[in-house]
Amino acid sequence: MTLLTPDLAQLTNFKLDGQAVQAGGGETILQTATRLGVEIPHLCYKPGYRPDGNCRACVVEIKGERVLAPSCCRAPSEGMEVSSNNERARHSQRMVVELLKSDLPAGRSPYTPRSELDHWSDFLELTGTRFAPREQPPRDVSNPAIAVNLDACIQCGRCVRACREEQVNDVIGFAFRGAQSAIVFDLNDPMGDSTCVSCGECVQACPTGALMPAQPLAASVADRSVASACPYCGVGCLLNFQVKDERIVAVEGRDGPANHSRLCVKGRYGFDYVHHANRLTKPLIRREGMPKTAALVPRAQLSRYFREASWDEALHAAATGLRELRDTEGPAALAGFGSAKGSNEEAYLFQKLVRTGFHTNNVDHCTRLCHASSVAALLETIGSGAVSNPVEDVSEAEVIMIIGARPTVNHPVAATFIKNAAKAGKTLILLDPYRADLARHATHYLQFRPDTDVPLLNSLMHVIIEEGLENTDYIARYTEGFAELKRAVAEYSPEKVAPICGIEAETLRVVARKYATSKGSMIFWGMGISQHVHGTDNARCLISLALLTGQIGRPGSGLHPLRGQNNVQGASDVGLIPMVFPDYQRVDDPQVRARFEALWGAQLDPNPGLTVVEIMHAIHAGRIKGMYIMGENPAMSDPNLNHARHALAELKHLVVQDIFFTETAGFADVILPASAFPEKTGTFTNTDRRVQLGRQAIQPPGEARQDLWIIQEIAHRLGLAWNYPDARAVFAELRLAAPSIAGITWERLETTHSVTYPCEQEGDPGEPILFQTGFPTASGRGKFVPAAYTHAAELPDSAYPWVLITGRQLEHWHTGSMTRHATVLDALEPEPVMSLHPLDIREAGLHAEGYVRAESRRGALTARVRADAGIQRGTVFIAFCYVEAAANLLTNEALDPFGKIPEFKFCAVRISPALAMPETPAFETTHHA
Amino acid sequence: MLIAAWAIEASACYIYLRDEYAGCRAMLERELVALQRDPPCALPPILLRRGAGAYICGEESAMIESIEGKRGMPRLRPPYVAQVGLFGRPTLEHNLETLYWVRDILERGADWFTAHGRRSRSGLRSFSVSGRVVKPGVHLAPAGISVRELIDEFCGGMLPEHKFYGYFPGGASGGILPAALDHLPLDFDTLQAHGCFIGSAAIIILSQQDRARDLALNAMRFFEHESCGQCTPCRVGTAKAAVLMDQPQWDQPLLEELARTMEDASICGLGQAAPNPLRCALRYFPQEFAP
Repeated sequence: MTLLTPDLAQLTNFKLDGQAVQAGGGETILQTATRLGVEIPHLCYKPGYRPDGNCRACVVEIKGERVLAPSCCRAPSEGMEVSSNNERARHSQRMVVELLKSDLPAGRSPYTPRSELDHWSDFLELTGTRFAPREQPPRDVSNPAIAVNLDACIQCGRCVRACREEQVNDVIGFAFRGAQSAIVFDLNDPMGDSTCVSCGECVQACPTGALMPAQPLAASVADRSVASACPYCGVGCLLNFQVKDERIVAVEGRDGPANHSRLCVKGRYGFDYVHHANRLTKPLIRREGMPKTAALVPRAQLSRYFREASWDEALHAAATGLRELRDTEGPAALAGFGSAKGSNEEAYLFQKLVRTGFHTNNVDHCTRLCHASSVAALLETIGSGAVSNPVEDVSEAEVIMIIGARPTVNHPVAATFIKNAAKAGKTLILLDPYRADLARHATHYLQFRPDTDVPLLNSLMHVIIEEGLENTDYIARYTEGFAELKRAVAEYSPEKVAPICGIEAETLRVVARKYATSKGSMIFWGMGISQHVHGTDNARCLISLALLTGQIGRPGSGLHPLRGQNNVQGASDVGLIPMVFPDYQRVDDPQVRARFEALWGAQLDPNPGLTVVEIMHAIHAGRIKGMYIMGENPAMSDPNLNHARHALAELKHLVVQDIFFTETAGFADVILPASAFPEKTGTFTNTDRRVQLGRQAIQPPGEARQDLWIIQEIAHRLGLAWNYPDARAVFAELRLAAPSIAGITWERLETTHSVTYPCEQEGDPGEPILFQTGFPTASGRGKFVPAAYTHAAELPDSAYPWVLITGRQLEHWHTGSMTRHATVLDALEPEPVMSLHPLDIREAGLHAEGYVRAESRRGALTARVRADAGIQRGTVFIAFCYVEAAANLLTNEALDPFGKIPEFKFCAVRISPALAMPETPAFETTHHA
Repeated sequence: MLIAAWAIEASACYIYLRDEYAGCRAMLERELVALQRDPPCALPPILLRRGAGAYICGEESAMIESIEGKRGMPRLRPPYVAQVGLFGRPTLEHNLETLYWVRDILERGADWFTAHGRRSRSGLRSFSVSGRVVKPGVHLAPAGISVRELIDEFCGGMLPEHKFYGYFPGGASGGILPAALDHLPLDFDTLQAHGCFIGSAAIIILSQQDRARDLALNAMRFFEHESCGQCTPCRVGTAKAAVLMDQPQWDQPLLEELARTMEDASICGLGQAAPNPLRCALRYFPQEFAP
């Protein structure tokens, strides 16, 4: 139980079981007792949740009161005399526990060794029950993630509060009356058929095992619990890995600053990929003469194409191929893709290897594919590429604007705090062509037409200026370029923009006023903004909106591009991008370069390197011939996959370092088996700029090795004399390279788990809110960069009349290499689906449960039809995680000119009914062995 | 109601009416329209809310929950509804009978009202009498009247062949008293010493053809059915008690242990009072339990 520190300013003196004690301000009797080590039974109370006082196990006698009082809900008053253990209180505590136990399976809980009911039964020395049991409901195992054992339910409602008040999914309800009272999902549906998103908050909340992980191992008693972090998205939830017999058997949410013990389905149930039989456990070398084509190598044919090798042989082959290309073709013939899934230390060493071992700046990673345009706009206008305020600031904001993002799916735990804020009465403005579930909580939902972000945002600024709602003082003090902005947005009146974006002019006006005039407005955005050829323009508009109104630099007031991967912020911060060294210091700045040359003891390439898609083009053009790819899967994640896969096949030498035989690994010459997240220690930087520690919980399988070791072994063979014994040693050097984290010590990370940067001096608290007094630009001012309405690179026409939007889904991560190997997640979403509006399904002649074929000018795929009324008419949506129907076969590699990000969010396709999924030899189902 | 609203400066008035009273609702709706058409003073918004017929929604905080559109579940106190009530605001709740008398008292004077009464109680009460009497129904009678007087003077006596055996003085939860206690004054606060209360003044008259233990079981089943299901002592306690009371031999020590927790640890009056009939059956009708 969490011990609260009492508010010493407001002490209340009272007597507890005859002892004079003091309660802090806001403390309940139960909290005071717990803090002082006095045990009072309790079941419906869970620290952090709203106390409900329904179970009555915690009743105490208060002198002078007619009946007993629930100590979880009562605050003591001055002079109160409370008895928690006298005959009267104990009688009812025991009777309550006996009554509850009488209705559960006899004896101890068959579902969990951690039953709180059993614990309190032991505490009260109950030996059995004297009452006849109730009639028991059947077990519900319809959800692959969660088993529902309502025969162990005590109706304490913790799951209801978990689902409705914490995660705000509103699935679990308390239905019927009296002894018939029951926990239900939606309209008393089986849990698997309900709208449950399997976040497992209810499982974590349940005190009796009535809700349990469906996988039976989770009920076992762990050998150890390792405090670590979640390997999936940028929210940066902290968690505990429960390890038994060197296997992770369960994950529980830990009270981290970004998650407060909450997790989502991926974090809680998506961990067993690490134990999957398909893990790479031995180095592999491509067999002589096995050709590379654009076709994927099915895993079933892995041994036809590759042979096992010793680490020595594989490292030698890997490094030799790279070294020879460097020495014969020049450094520019090499490139490296690092990963936003690796630690800061891995990303740092990887970019250092490319820069000092390959001697080129051709190093990039998937940040290019998600927020490169946002970062370009942020650096250009306000001089800093990270968020200005953390997600938790929604509790300080008055208006929360979310555009081009689906946080309930892609940042699920962050979304819970946004929903909490909406429930607390904040104004939530959601703008997105796709009507996500979050729209239910929105004060205003604007379903604008895809591709019309710039005119829409310009019209908001038009209204603000027209109605004199701009923050004149702020503009004068902290910005430049206002006149240009004013001129540019003058022609975007709401009346003119309304027919373009499909939103009524009055709605645009109302939203603009609310954003501009609130005490604090925060903007969150995602890839719906960034993944366009006008992605940088989209982001510029959002930044201008904040500068125009001064809605930045205060608590609850700022800009937050929701970062996708668990360490995409950190990988970028430490220089895993071609144009900058760590901390965004430009490679073409001679002073910067001189500093890094001194730090690294190497001569550095003065030219910015190529970005992800540019590297693919350079391979086609014969300029890049060798690559080292660590933990990325461009054969799935790049746009226009046929083109990208052709490029990978053309490489003379490709080294792939990964935990699975990914689609990209099929193109490799050497495959190095690497470590998964729980198999190593390192730091990871979340979307809030929190540097957090992930700790090793288990060993890598077989001969798989930790990535830091592999990078160093390659480095040694490229002539670099590195010796970093562990992540801590790398972090020490990283602090020298990146001033913004120079003040963060390893010891502090070990004790506090999480430190926010900028933290330049040891002991700095870390600054969660940036730009309180201007911006880190040359002038110290934020710059308005106006944007004009331009179109997507490929508009629908009569041949390809539909708009394709790609994205992700809750259960699967990125290209699916982890989640499709996770038993529960794969069971929840086992096959590719294309979402369409129900009316479009009918009009297109598709069968509601049948298949659909989609073609673009670049490729084709087949997926199952899924009706989704949130999809706008005329658009279709596919997640890009399914190799059987790889969405990026269709997407357009057209780039935003500034961020060099491809236009994943818009291309033209045509659709037709299909009879079945085609045979796909490339894909093998990933059922757990 | 308007006077009370004026006195406490209420910003809105709600009337909560069980939907079984369709005829009353028709009258009320008509009169509310008439009132709004010709208001005697500035009117606050008056909203008529239809209750779906849950017994527990007679409990003031459960009623508030119901008016707010939630399950009718009683709230924990503190805070009291006068501090934090409907939609989080201080709330004054009246029952209909209170408001009913205001007009008569104002028009005819307090002396007229207090002139009624027996055994040093004063005023008039509506008693809803059912059971083995000749004239069941609502009878207006002086406060402090005894049940014997009520039967004889207002209900036409006992039915033929029926001999007075005992009575529920206050609905299902007010307990059961034996014929020997037929002289007690019926009023607020006069029955506590006997483990009973007058509550809604819904009086049920029993005869020699009835058994108190059967009626106590019937009452317990009623509470089991009407329990909101929120707290363990009431949700589980009423169900377990009903099972025990359905046995040929009552496990009296266990029932008493259970009754004590229901009374002591339930959230609201429903669970706290649910053991009253059970306890009264054991206390006043021991002959029914003789082996």
